[in-house]
Amino acid sequence: MKPPRFDYARPDSLAGAIALLAAHNGDAKVIAGGQSLMPMLNFRLTSPRLLVDIARIADLNHISAGADGVRLGALVRWRDIERHPTLAKLHPLLVEATSHVAHYQIRNRGTVGGSLAHADPAAEMPGIAIACDAQIIVVGRAGQRTIPAADFFVGALMTALEPDEVIVEVRLPPWPGERHFAFEEFSRRKGDFALAGVAVFYDLDGQGRVIDPHIGAIGVTSRPVRLNAAEAALAGRAVDEAAILAVAALADDGLDVAEDIHAPADYRRALLQVLLERALRRAARLPDAEQTQ
Amino acid sequence: MTNIPVRFTVNGRGAEASVEPRTSLADCLRRELKLTGTHLGCEHGVCGACTVVVDGAAVRACLMLAAQADGSDIITVEGLSNGDELSPLQASFRKHHALQCGFCTPGILTTAHALLTEEPDADADRIRDVLSGNICRCTGYIPIIEAVLDARAAYGYVTGEP
Ligand SMILES: Cc1cc2nc3c(=O)[nH]c(=O)nc-3n(C[C@H](O)[C@H](O)[C@H](O)COP(=O)(O)OP(=O)(O)OC[C@H]3O[C@@H](n4cnc5c(N)ncnc54)[C@H](O)[C@@H]3O)c2cc1C
Ligand code: FES
Ligand code: FES
Repeated sequence: MKPPRFDYARPDSLAGAIALLAAHNGDAKVIAGGQSLMPMLNFRLTSPRLLVDIARIADLNHISAGADGVRLGALVRWRDIERHPTLAKLHPLLVEATSHVAHYQIRNRGTVGGSLAHADPAAEMPGIAIACDAQIIVVGRAGQRTIPAADFFVGALMTALEPDEVIVEVRLPPWPGERHFAFEEFSRRKGDFALAGVAVFYDLDGQGRVIDPHIGAIGVTSRPVRLNAAEAALAGRAVDEAAILAVAALADDGLDVAEDIHAPADYRRALLQVLLERALRRAARLPDAEQTQ
Repeated sequence: MTNIPVRFTVNGRGAEASVEPRTSLADCLRRELKLTGTHLGCEHGVCGACTVVVDGAAVRACLMLAAQADGSDIITVEGLSNGDELSPLQASFRKHHALQCGFCTPGILTTAHALLTEEPDADADRIRDVLSGNICRCTGYIPIIEAVLDARAAYGYVTGEP
């Protein structure tokens, strides 16, 4: 399995990369870590004439946190997130969710920007972007624009990126220290793509009732989604076992759940409910039902 | 699609080649530099047989272009031993019967070498987690984990630490 022929360029500036992409008019592709693109090329699912290697462009691998939230440069690797000294405190959901991405050697090269641009329906980072209302910053020939995650993922492996645009950064809104959250996924082997996954987070009011719940899911439809019915059912409630079961029962409400060689749609719906139950219990710091039975 | 020149340090020595842009690092090592210890199993990132160490990090050589590795410092399985003298990690694999056919072994050795260089105190769970990215079809993982655990001393792990 060898890739088709292509040319290779390694510009040292963002402007240089964009100029090359623009000049090839859809026939050039960015390569970052290569951990999704190389398999696609080897399977000959894509055959660009030119690869534009952005790995050595300066200033795209920053991780910073401030009053406006967490900013990750497009070239931040899974390894960088895992090893960052304070990110687990600043954005524990991001760190937990991306700990499920791929295996050691792939984590040493795969990047945040590549994962967003690749837009695999089961990938964790796009799921976190959707769950957290992230902003994706891209630069192209026409300048810079900010794309809300909700408008970015168009379908399986399809995004709102123009052929001459490069993702430079993703911004996650601030994360209060007291926030309740959990991430749960199921994959057949650690590091493989999830059959389904769920991210949950919310804050509590003075009476212990849920304010502004966010529930995102991956692996169940052609793109990462928010579970609107479950969110609406959780809002304003105290999170006890009865609430958890009622909310989880709505997990797949209104979703067009995908069926593929890995799992039938009914299995995925059932899995999504179980994962949401588990995530809600963990977020509420309640014991897991399977352990208490 | 003209060839492009690449230069690396491989196992401590300078190397250069002229490759098609589409040449993977694995194919460059095997065909141009005749270092056939790096194996190719799946060529899409799932088996780990092709693992080499690039600038200190274990990577899939089938998912990296030779051109992307230009200028890097690379260690392949050939770089672990000193001539015919096995490294402590390799000797540990022999002692624990951690290989049978040997197809997966170069990738497992290079992965374990990178891991123990960075984390000499890696415990069995961590080693298992890291080796989840390497498929071995014949040996079974228990002797492999034991061999890696036993090799930690050679990387500076002081036995008896928690
Ligand atoms: C065996 C295996 C298991 C995996 N398991 C998982 C998993 O469980 N979860 C998961 O999320 N991922 C998984 N991955 C994918 C991995 O996380 C990739 O690293 C990631 O999806 C893509 O990042 P990359 O930097 O390697 O991108 P590349 O492969 O370099 O690029 C991917 C795509 O994004 C485009 N692109 C890259 N960077 C940019 C940018 N800055 N701007 C615009 N376009 C860009 C490229 O043109 C290409 O179309 C797995 C991969 C393998 C091989
Ligand atoms: S040959 Fe590279 S991972 Fe299988
Ligand atoms: S020793 Fe044969 S595949 Fe591992």
